[in-house]
Amino acid sequence: MTRKTLTLFDRSLVKPALLESLRKLDPRVQWRNPVMFTVYVGSLFTSALWVQALVSRGEAPAWFVGAVALWLWFTVLFANFAEALAESRARAQAASLRGMKKSVMAKKLKEAKQGPWTVVPGDSLRRDDFVLVEAGDFVPCDGQVFEGVASVDESAITGESAPVIRESGGDFSAVTGGTRVLSDWMVVRCTTNPGESFLDRMIALVEGAKRRKTPNEIALTILLVALTLVFLLVTATLLPFSIFAVNAAHAGVPVTLTVLVALLVCLIPTTIGGLLSAIGVAGMGRMLLANVVATSGRAIEAAGDVDVLLLDKTGTITLGNRQASVFLPAPGVDEKELADAAQLASLADETPEGRSIVVLAKQFALRERQVHELEASFVPFSAHTRMSGVDLPQRQIRKGAADAMRAWMESQGGSFPDGVVQTVETVSRRGSTPLVVAEVHEGKPRVLGVVELKDIVKGGIKERFAQLRRMGIRTVMITGDNRLTAAAIAAEAGVDDFLAEATPENKLALIRKTQAEGRLVAMTGDGTNDAPALAQADVAVAMHSGTQAAKEAGNMVDLDSNPTKLIEVVEIGKQMLMTRGALTTFSIANDIAKYFAILPAAFVATYPQLGALNIMHLTSPDSAILSAVIFNALIIVALIPLALKGVRYQAMGADVVLARNLLIYGLGGVVVPFIGIKLIDLLLTAMGLY
Amino acid sequence: MTIEFFMLLAVFLAVLLATVRPLGRYFAWIMDGRPAWGPLAALETRLLRLCGVDDSEMDWRHYALGLLIFSLIGTLIVYALQRLQLWLPLNPQHFGAVTPDSSFNTAISFVTNTNWQGYAGESTMSYLTQMLGLAVQNFLSAASGIAVAFVLIRAFARHSTRLLGNFWKDTYRITAYALLPISFVLALVLVSQGVIQNFLAYQNVTTLEPTSYTTPKLDAAGQPVKGADGQVINETVVVPQQTIAMGPVASQEAIKELGTNGGGFFNANSAHPYENPNALTNFLEMLAVPLIPAALVYTFGFAIGDTRQGWALLAAMVLVFAVAVTLLAAAEHQGNPAIGALGVDQAHTALQSGGNMEGKETRFGIAASVLFDAVTTTTSCGAVNSMIDSYTPLGGMVPMALIQLGETIFGGVGSGLTGMLVFALVAVFIGGLMVGRTPEYVGKKIESFDMKMVSIAVLLMPILVLVGTAFAAVLPVGLAGLANPGAHGFSEMLYAFTSAANNNGSAFAGLSANTPFYNGLLGVAMLFGRFWVMVPILALAGSLAAKKRIPAGSGTMPTHGAMFISLLIGTLLLVGALNFFPAWALGPIVEQLSPLASH
Repeated sequence: MTRKTLTLFDRSLVKPALLESLRKLDPRVQWRNPVMFTVYVGSLFTSALWVQALVSRGEAPAWFVGAVALWLWFTVLFANFAEALAESRARAQAASLRGMKKSVMAKKLKEAKQGPWTVVPGDSLRRDDFVLVEAGDFVPCDGQVFEGVASVDESAITGESAPVIRESGGDFSAVTGGTRVLSDWMVVRCTTNPGESFLDRMIALVEGAKRRKTPNEIALTILLVALTLVFLLVTATLLPFSIFAVNAAHAGVPVTLTVLVALLVCLIPTTIGGLLSAIGVAGMGRMLLANVVATSGRAIEAAGDVDVLLLDKTGTITLGNRQASVFLPAPGVDEKELADAAQLASLADETPEGRSIVVLAKQFALRERQVHELEASFVPFSAHTRMSGVDLPQRQIRKGAADAMRAWMESQGGSFPDGVVQTVETVSRRGSTPLVVAEVHEGKPRVLGVVELKDIVKGGIKERFAQLRRMGIRTVMITGDNRLTAAAIAAEAGVDDFLAEATPENKLALIRKTQAEGRLVAMTGDGTNDAPALAQADVAVAMHSGTQAAKEAGNMVDLDSNPTKLIEVVEIGKQMLMTRGALTTFSIANDIAKYFAILPAAFVATYPQLGALNIMHLTSPDSAILSAVIFNALIIVALIPLALKGVRYQAMGADVVLARNLLIYGLGGVVVPFIGIKLIDLLLTAMGLY
Repeated sequence: MTIEFFMLLAVFLAVLLATVRPLGRYFAWIMDGRPAWGPLAALETRLLRLCGVDDSEMDWRHYALGLLIFSLIGTLIVYALQRLQLWLPLNPQHFGAVTPDSSFNTAISFVTNTNWQGYAGESTMSYLTQMLGLAVQNFLSAASGIAVAFVLIRAFARHSTRLLGNFWKDTYRITAYALLPISFVLALVLVSQGVIQNFLAYQNVTTLEPTSYTTPKLDAAGQPVKGADGQVINETVVVPQQTIAMGPVASQEAIKELGTNGGGFFNANSAHPYENPNALTNFLEMLAVPLIPAALVYTFGFAIGDTRQGWALLAAMVLVFAVAVTLLAAAEHQGNPAIGALGVDQAHTALQSGGNMEGKETRFGIAASVLFDAVTTTTSCGAVNSMIDSYTPLGGMVPMALIQLGETIFGGVGSGLTGMLVFALVAVFIGGLMVGRTPEYVGKKIESFDMKMVSIAVLLMPILVLVGTAFAAVLPVGLAGLANPGAHGFSEMLYAFTSAANNNGSAFAGLSANTPFYNGLLGVAMLFGRFWVMVPILALAGSLAAKKRIPAGSGTMPTHGAMFISLLIGTLLLVGALNFFPAWALGPIVEQLSPLASH
């Protein structure tokens, strides 16, 4: 599926976001964010003061009160805009998915089998309704194939153009609403009620009203509310303090309410408060961009905490299939002769292993031969003989597992040389699969040698694991192979641990054991037998191609069905937390400069000595206060890109990341506002306002 | 600045740090071990059984309930003793009942380990009240503070449990095995140096030289008599005799420092020669103050099985302390420009200490005075051997700021560690997010309930201080107590509420706080400052103990290196102290910036 990549401030997004930020001025929306609600109330309050200053004698010149009120409103609007922009981006990313949520007509069956049906709108279907889907029809609901087998075009969701087979029973029985049946027919049992399909859930996740705060977001909000309360008291008590000072010094007037509100808004953590929900939505948007649908924000957050990754060997660590890597001839046999025989035996073998033997044999200048020229008849693999091969005139060639071939040789009156037995063992120890090739040529049985079928570890995966290790994440490989094979591949791929001869039971046990040690576990899975483990894991990415059971048990669905995606998921989770932490630090560190801007301005009339604290040499008290308020509003806009894109993420140890982020956002947070406020003050002065 | 100051500071810190490990392990033993010696074990078992204490472990709610009931009983006893002292023994001066508001204030003050003193000891309290009321609470309030620290330590050390220890047993063991023996030894040493310990009536002695002073002549109604010109007529009074207050001082002095209590037997506190006669006693008293707070930090690291964690917290404490006390010494050595302007030589020479000596004892000088002051304000001790009111404005701001850090730099016995851990959680929360993980500290994940409790614990103190000061600054009853107008008067009020809300008890002096208004409001501040912090901390402990312990990995934010120490200090300053910046600006800062610092 092609997706338009959106620039950060894409015109198509900005316009609706601007409108949306006005609509978010509804107090019921504002109430959801206590920090910004405080600013909202402050804006209302200063607006009232401005009206008072206009119609009668106000506490300060009307233009000053008005300017402060205006910028406070901007602060609220900028925060709204950040949230709206994040939402509209995420929504745009979901739009292609939502596009297929077009209403289709469904053939609702009266009974749970192919039979008479009535046409009903797709969105009226409820759980456990049965529908018939025939070639050319859209699947009307998420569900499970109850009867039949059909090829389905799922490209709308996965972007994969090749059709997939969906059939009843087994691991390929799940269908998704919005996909199209290309051939044949099937009876589908709907598994969701209207508005509950995972697409619906995902779209709801990015829409403001239904979005739930994640645990970490709640904890951070509590801290921000606490800080807001403290600063509320700090500013509120300044009024009596100021009255005392005025009485003591017999100079100046008590600090105005406008200035107090300005100080309050500057001190409370508006930067992080205004961008907090945008960060969460943007995280979800980044997941969507990676073609991962999370069913809850909590899952994304948990992804950042993962300590252990359970990865299936096949498809994740190794390429899906084994490949022939080397020909090991038996004593007295030429390597080329073995290659030739192996190729002949594999010509009609369409399994990836068979094809890889043909490819490897080409290295010996053996060209692919035309099957009909050879007058060959092929012997397919059967569970009974456990070998496959080819029958030529005067010659039979077979390939298969060592024990099957030994039996065949013995039945033909031949022997199994010791040298081959040794080779078989060596290959097994290497973690590869030995495939023995033998022939009966003109009645003479002979073992030709061994083809080593090797698991091919994906390129770059070792470096990926090393990266994860630096991040403090352990990788565990899960495989059905025996311990010997598993150990060899584990060593080659550089995983930290492995679980060999895995069964659903011991997979679940491993997860429970790891969790009991206090670690968070992430895994991927697709089969129904993965469902218990998926349900137990903290972060469970179900493959979209997998069964409905797996998808229900997981808390994320990977539309690309790419098991390596787990690593990306972890990174997105971490990035989201890091962005929140960085902006919180920045926000708190900003306060120092704001104190130095506003305090001397507020009290210099009472205590002229406090002018010494005006270390930025701002032009006048009014310009100082206005500059601080303007900076406070503009910094939200300036940080929107950071909030949406996330803090730059590098796979490094926690100590290095902390040092780097402390330097940038802690120290930077102290320094930047000094410069920013000074610049704004210079600008205000240059514009002749002061 | 003098070489003497730096040498004193270096020796002091060296001796203190040398005690940390052994004493820290001793407290770990008190916390979890059994007494090694049979008779002591038998005594413990029998005493607890006699009191009807079931020594099984409690969850945090029961523990908190025990603490509150225990403190309530203590408050009532101290209140009753003050009100009834006239009819009770050991009252050679026949002091009458203390006023209700002062009794209320003092009872809360001692039970909360604040030891704010609105009264003057030698003219108010009988020996019985001092010993049975105040000194006993010196022990018990210290013990309950340490007990709460034990609970929080256990919460980090344990996992997946609700049980956090037994309040009664903890209090007994802390008192019997740590506070009593150390105080006993310290008291004996103090006596050997001249601190008094007796039940004698006050002594009237004829002075070698009669003192004389002038005072307005009063008529029968107590009003000044005015002459024909309307001027007040003064008379000269000659006093050939002096009354010298006596009492069981040493026994109270030792625990006053050791338990970071700070309530002096005499009004002059440790400036009085019978409380603190010489340089040696001054050093020992200074050392006794942060002794237990520093050791408990080690106990924390030891109990969770990673002493580096303890040392990191201690390093942050020592760093902030050393910088603060150096600033303070620099401010005081600078002297007072107003006095300098009068032609007074304030230079440091071989013959004089120089600098600002107003309100300081000559037998201690500036170095030993400012170090004592920093030690007792940064812990919640609050004892003084010099008058902070007479410090230079910036010099006065340092102890104020040290208290306003929430008594986390060493802090009170027990409460210092818990306060520091609360800030460590805030630091870890922000820092942990920055490394991309749900924040965790020593293996405990910090979630929203924990953040709620942490927020209450951090939030409450600034509220009490600022709101209290705001009331005092605008209400006539509050303003009536001010000895100085203007910014200095503001500092006096701010200091009083800072001291009370942080359970420090140190007084800026200059504020007449023995009035119903201050007694009441400061009493409330002390009460909330203690228990509204302790209960959330116990709840936090309950939540932490129930969690699993997550093993640390390379993705975990390290909490023992220089990076964490700077993050912690940064958090302390930004989240803890920054709230007071506006108040400082209107108090000490504006005073310091005035053309001639004078008050």
